[in-house]
Amino acid sequence: MENIISLSHVTKKFEVGDGYFTALNDVSLTFKSGEFAGFVGPSGSGKTTLLNIIGSLDSPTDGKAIVMGKDIAKLSHKASANLRNLHIGFIFQVFNLLPVYTVFENVEFALLLQDVPKETRKKEVMEALEWVGLEKMAHKRPDKLSGGEGQRVAIARAMVKKPKILLADEPTANLDSANAHAILKTMKNLNKELGTTFLFSTHDEKVMTYLDRTVSLKDGKVVSDVWDNQSIQS
Amino acid sequence: MIKFLFKGIIRDKSRSILPIVVISLGVSLTIVLSGFLSGAMTDMVDQNARFETGHVKVMSRAYAENKEQLPNDLALLGVDSLISYLRSNYPDLQWVERIRFGGLLDAPDADGESKGQGPAAGIAINLLDASSGEVERMNIERAIVSGALPDYANEALIGDEFAKKLKLNIGDEVTYFGTTMNGSMTFQNFTISGTIRFGIAAMDKGAILLDISAARQMLDMQNGAGEILGFFHNGVYNDKAALAMENSFNNQLKSNPDEYAPQMFTLRSQNNLGDLLDYANSMSAIFVLIFVGAMSVVLWNTGLIGGLRRYQEFGIRLALGESKGKIYRSLVMEATLIGMIGSLIGTGIGLVGAFYLQNYGINIAGMVDNSSMMMPTVMRAKVTPNLYYIGFIPGVFAMVFGNMLSGIGIYKRETASLFNELEV
Repeated sequence: MENIISLSHVTKKFEVGDGYFTALNDVSLTFKSGEFAGFVGPSGSGKTTLLNIIGSLDSPTDGKAIVMGKDIAKLSHKASANLRNLHIGFIFQVFNLLPVYTVFENVEFALLLQDVPKETRKKEVMEALEWVGLEKMAHKRPDKLSGGEGQRVAIARAMVKKPKILLADEPTANLDSANAHAILKTMKNLNKELGTTFLFSTHDEKVMTYLDRTVSLKDGKVVSDVWDNQSIQS
Repeated sequence: MIKFLFKGIIRDKSRSILPIVVISLGVSLTIVLSGFLSGAMTDMVDQNARFETGHVKVMSRAYAENKEQLPNDLALLGVDSLISYLRSNYPDLQWVERIRFGGLLDAPDADGESKGQGPAAGIAINLLDASSGEVERMNIERAIVSGALPDYANEALIGDEFAKKLKLNIGDEVTYFGTTMNGSMTFQNFTISGTIRFGIAAMDKGAILLDISAARQMLDMQNGAGEILGFFHNGVYNDKAALAMENSFNNQLKSNPDEYAPQMFTLRSQNNLGDLLDYANSMSAIFVLIFVGAMSVVLWNTGLIGGLRRYQEFGIRLALGESKGKIYRSLVMEATLIGMIGSLIGTGIGLVGAFYLQNYGINIAGMVDNSSMMMPTVMRAKVTPNLYYIGFIPGVFAMVFGNMLSGIGIYKRETASLFNELEV
């Protein structure tokens, strides 16, 4: 299967005072379409920086990051926004729903950005809400939802455009155990059904049990890359 | 997308209420002030035109030079032929002759002794000739407080305050003391047929209105008049046409060295009314500029506060793949919608206020009590077609401009920090 993400000797440095902080140090990884993988590691290990680069929110200082065939460092702001709009979905630790819009409208927004016609939008939004079991909540506002429901709406919003890649930063951090498992099962099902590549950044062991591949980071370096949920090597 | 933005504006009251209130207030104030200024200025100009300057006025050159002194010794003679000439050559105007004069009015008691005296400012017009339109033009019937219009040349109307001061009643006799146009002394008795109040302090305190035939006889001005006034038939002053007429008339007499030769003056060139008209126009423009400037600053700050409050929303939209340019454009679109709503409400409120002031006005009689200026004692607004857009367009502009300034912050947003920012 073709590589959907290819990171080659990626280094990311941030200016701190007179010096630099190295967030990623010579990271080389590839991900194929349909993977269900995660980055684990302590705070400051570079997980979020890696998601930022893959999500075209940031670019590497050195090395090459190719996502969907595009060199992230060479993309203009508009082109990287377009890449996110068409091919990349995001799920955040806090659900980040737009509070003045209903569940339906929050999910619909992702399709509005793609200028999808109204009838198609309606059909696809309802389909996405069915994936997460919230079709009956379509007209509720986010403040009427529980934490688990809020995160399921966020998943529906990220998935409604059927992205090639979904990036989730600590998606279960604000959920209780039952909701966390329900969310992860939903994501796993979508991964199988739609073939979307899921990449997580997480500390949560519950998430790790669902991952097919776990990339462990420490001080910006890959310390292990384990497949099929085997124990993490140090 | 517009529908989506509109829903956001309607549901998120904090996003729309303050700007709508600010714009409505600014737009309505602009409309009321512009309408009031325009009404007050128009009233003053109109008042001056009807009572003093006409839309154009013909005087002898010598009279024009000293007109403040009402120099009837320098008045026009042979007025009949001059009026015929004016009527045939400038048929767009109605031409009327007037005589202004000053003197002393004496009110005798039952024994013929003087019970009161006072200086009188006299105006002689075609009171008895209905076709002259002078009674309607000077709104005399409405100005009558007691009594009636004169039926005969020996009857006069007198200012109501003046009548009270001299303790005069309808039917009483008064004696006018003055000088003829030749400088000799003249006396004339008149019967008071009515008292008048024009709402012009300068006139109400000392005016006496006569028919021009009586004044001619009294002042020894047969076939003479101090001034010939021209009024456009539609009653509206047309500066361009008046100026063309003035040039045409005066050019014909340019080579005539006679100081008694007639000379035409437009309304604009008399009593500093030109400056007043220019002032009215520039004040309206200044109101609009002040409004746009002040509102833009307020709305800029409102936009900045709104931008801070919606920081998370913009972050989500950037992460979802909306470009900075598209978010900026959507903000401008939102501002246009809010600006239009606020401007519509403000225009409605402003027009109601302007209509109210047009009908009821503001009484400034107390302030102009001692004024000799020809100005109305009730200042009224005037609702003109430009009031329908004079606030609307700047209202939308100020909102859009203010938000364009505040929205620039979107371009400074670092997408690289989005994950950190959105997870707080």
